[in-house]
Amino acid sequence: MTEIDTFRQETREWLEANCPESMRQPVSGFEDIYTGGRRPEIDIPEQPLWCERMAERGWTVPHWPKEYGGGGLSGEEVKVLREEMDRIGARRPLDSFGISMLGPALLKFGSEEQKLEHLPPICRGEIRWCQGYSEPSAGSDLASLATRADDQGDHYLINGQKVWTSYADKADWIFCLVRTDNTGSKHEGISFVLFDMDQPGVTAKPIRLISGSSPFCETFFDDARADKRNLVGEEGQGWTIAKYLLTHEREMISAFGTAGGKSLGKTAVELMGADAEGRLRNGILRQDIAQYQLDTLAFSATMERVGDEVKAGQGLGPASSIFKYYGTELNKRRNELNLAVGGEAALGWSGERYNDGNVVRSFLRSKGNSIEGGTSEVQLNIVAKRVLGLPDA
Amino acid sequence: MTLVLNEEQLMLQESAAGFLASKATVAHLRGLCDSGDELGFDPAVWREMVDMGWAGIAVPEAYGGLGYGYTGLGVVLEQAGRHLSASPLEASVLIGATAINCLGTESQKADWLAAIAAGEKQVTLALQETGAFDPLAVASTAVQDGDDFVLTAEKRMVLDAQSADAFVVIARSSGAAGDTDGLSAFLVPADAAGLSRARCDMVDSRQCGVVTLDGVRVSADALMGSAGDAWAALERTLDIAAIGLAAEMLGLSLEAFERTMAYIRERKQFGQVIGSFQGLQHRAAHLFAELELARSIVLKALQAVDANDENLSRLASAAKAKLCEVARLASNEGIQMHGGVGMTDEYDIGLFLKRARVLEHLMGDYYYHLDRFARIGGY
Ligand SMILES: Cc1cc2nc3c(=O)[nH]c(=O)nc-3n(C[C@H](O)[C@H](O)[C@H](O)COP(=O)(O)OP(=O)(O)OC[C@H]3O[C@@H](n4cnc5c(N)ncnc54)[C@H](O)[C@@H]3O)c2cc1C
Ligand SMILES: Cc1cc2nc3c(=O)[nH]c(=O)nc-3n(C[C@H](O)[C@H](O)[C@H](O)COP(=O)(O)OP(=O)(O)OC[C@H]3O[C@@H](n4cnc5c(N)ncnc54)[C@H](O)[C@@H]3O)c2cc1C
Repeated sequence: MTEIDTFRQETREWLEANCPESMRQPVSGFEDIYTGGRRPEIDIPEQPLWCERMAERGWTVPHWPKEYGGGGLSGEEVKVLREEMDRIGARRPLDSFGISMLGPALLKFGSEEQKLEHLPPICRGEIRWCQGYSEPSAGSDLASLATRADDQGDHYLINGQKVWTSYADKADWIFCLVRTDNTGSKHEGISFVLFDMDQPGVTAKPIRLISGSSPFCETFFDDARADKRNLVGEEGQGWTIAKYLLTHEREMISAFGTAGGKSLGKTAVELMGADAEGRLRNGILRQDIAQYQLDTLAFSATMERVGDEVKAGQGLGPASSIFKYYGTELNKRRNELNLAVGGEAALGWSGERYNDGNVVRSFLRSKGNSIEGGTSEVQLNIVAKRVLGLPDA
Repeated sequence: MTLVLNEEQLMLQESAAGFLASKATVAHLRGLCDSGDELGFDPAVWREMVDMGWAGIAVPEAYGGLGYGYTGLGVVLEQAGRHLSASPLEASVLIGATAINCLGTESQKADWLAAIAAGEKQVTLALQETGAFDPLAVASTAVQDGDDFVLTAEKRMVLDAQSADAFVVIARSSGAAGDTDGLSAFLVPADAAGLSRARCDMVDSRQCGVVTLDGVRVSADALMGSAGDAWAALERTLDIAAIGLAAEMLGLSLEAFERTMAYIRERKQFGQVIGSFQGLQHRAAHLFAELELARSIVLKALQAVDANDENLSRLASAAKAKLCEVARLASNEGIQMHGGVGMTDEYDIGLFLKRARVLEHLMGDYYYHLDRFARIGGY
């Protein structure tokens, strides 16, 4: 048996023995994913236990180095772990902005002390992070942000307002873009700082979304305090770090575009009927579904290809620049089709009959995919300028 | 399997790009068209392609080929698509040789594959009978008469019919149009009595003909496989052909796109280059995204042929449908972004539009393959 086969065997056995039955059911949506933190939201009692067991092995973030709480697994081992988890339908034990966004940025730009302080609690699901980027006047034009950080020797005092801060009311810490200098170009004076949300100078007010939930907030800083040791990188290096982090955020968001699950076409046939040859009765809806499935297949193949190119040492190709745009547009298309296929049942807003409006709320939420993390238009601008080399107007 | 080209395929890509860019370019195609060339390709250039081994890339070594597989052939076809290179690569190498390899008997393979790989013979597929590509609709007949078969058919869209030495003719020995059972394939020499071919001029300046078989009598050794059982092997042939053409369409689309980008980076209106207008930039970026998807699905489908993937039909229809869509978008945007000059015969971009439409039709268009993709998907 090769080493990887041994690893697979051991992983399989361990998962069999340790993954609670309730953690072998698919998550029903976004809100159903365990995100940890000091005040964790627990939908199913076994969530913390499953997280803890996996964290002990470093398998909540299997690809991070062991010294920071990760599993230290190779790419191949990570793949095997995922496959073995998929085999029994095991959920990911933990997902959070700490894992998908802050972690990669700290690994690249953080000091050794910062990594040792912040990464292990992320892996164990002890600290939940939120992202303080957008402001009322700094959306697509993020670099025009105005939240101020004044140097007080060993710490900064932070004043200003963030908006659309996802889970600011539930998060423990924030990674935040602040202005430490007003003199140079707008990109130059930005710094990247970390601070605890549990302090008097921080207020988070939830904003209600069209989907009825309130995942994000207006966040106010009134002399909030950030210790200087929690400045990541140099003062003024924040824009570089912010952009690097955004590439990871976009990667995470574009993965929605590969949504697996049951074939939409087959669901449609079950609900709406087929002709004698098994074709969905409404040929026009059928074409839309087929085009969606085709694009999903080709998009997944593109993610696979880009990953394989990196592994083959060819570097990250320009195709990666389309992921955010294409993946989120695909996810929106899927949600539109879910409504078309679901009909009346998909439009229900609350109550058991409508599964608490799961379908339509997810549809509404999907509209934000092409806005958050940089809008589709901004993504197209980036492709046009950086990849195609088209000039500015 | 990883979704990247290997060393060998990358080398093939490079040498094909170099050769075609000098020997079989859009300008050469124009020359062939203007001179009303009978064959629609230059035999001397074809000879050179053969000498580089291209005619045998996907032919198994046991039958005198290189055995590099279809991913290798796809890489060359992609380059041919970029330059609108005219040659029997599609008709005889991608389709003819594949048909013989999939459908043929041992002795037919031994007789023909090495000859195709050596460029000594050309074989092409005679399948389509109506305006639409619909292989199950084949209605022409193969009537058994003693040990012989008598073939009566009129076949359209027969690629490079003029230069073919033999045709793989699909006809019904039993059953009715629409049935998978009853289809038979015959390898019929071009000089068979009762076979005639007429040259047809298509919009893309390439040759394809109408082949008429008026009671052509062939002996049982012309039968490929057993009578009435051709469908499975024919379907595989058509899947591979669709994937190969998708690879060619990828090259065509990429080239049309790059030429268009070059144009909008240069052309000025309103005191600035038109490529600076967001109205064009977003469409260009969207097209770039579609082209990246196209690359991936083509490579995946090519690899599926070489890996004997059991989902080949699904991937073949996915690749052909997607490339029909993308080639259409790339060629249309190509004309539109060129403005008035895009409409002129002098500019090459129009030639990409013309070739794109023929390639879309060949071996099944967008509607055919998207419908099939859905059917295979169970809806
Ligand atoms: C669900 C959700 C979660 C979010 N979570 C967070 C979070 O946790 N932390 C955080 O900091 N932010 C978060 N955001 C904010 C998000 O990053 C911003 O909404 C986004 O960057 C767009 O900014 P804006 O809303 O100000 O829109 P605007 O920038 O005002 O854009 C409005 C419209 O104009 C278009 N537009 C703008 N500029 C251009 C241009 N140059 N060319 C063409 N079109 C243009 C946009 O594409 C858009 O269609 C979240 C947003 C959503 C929807
Ligand atoms: C069949 C035909 C018949 C014609 N007949 C006549 C005639 O009888 N008399 C006559 O005077 N002219 C005639 N024309 C010319 C026609 O009016 C021009 O071709 C047209 O105005 C476009 O100009 P252009 O060709 O220079 O393209 P360009 O202006 O160079 O445009 C190239 C591309 O850039 C785009 N573009 C340009 N500016 C912008 C912008 N600001 N924002 C976004 N996109 C932009 C265009 O939409 C186009 O896609 C004819 C053209 C054709 C094709």
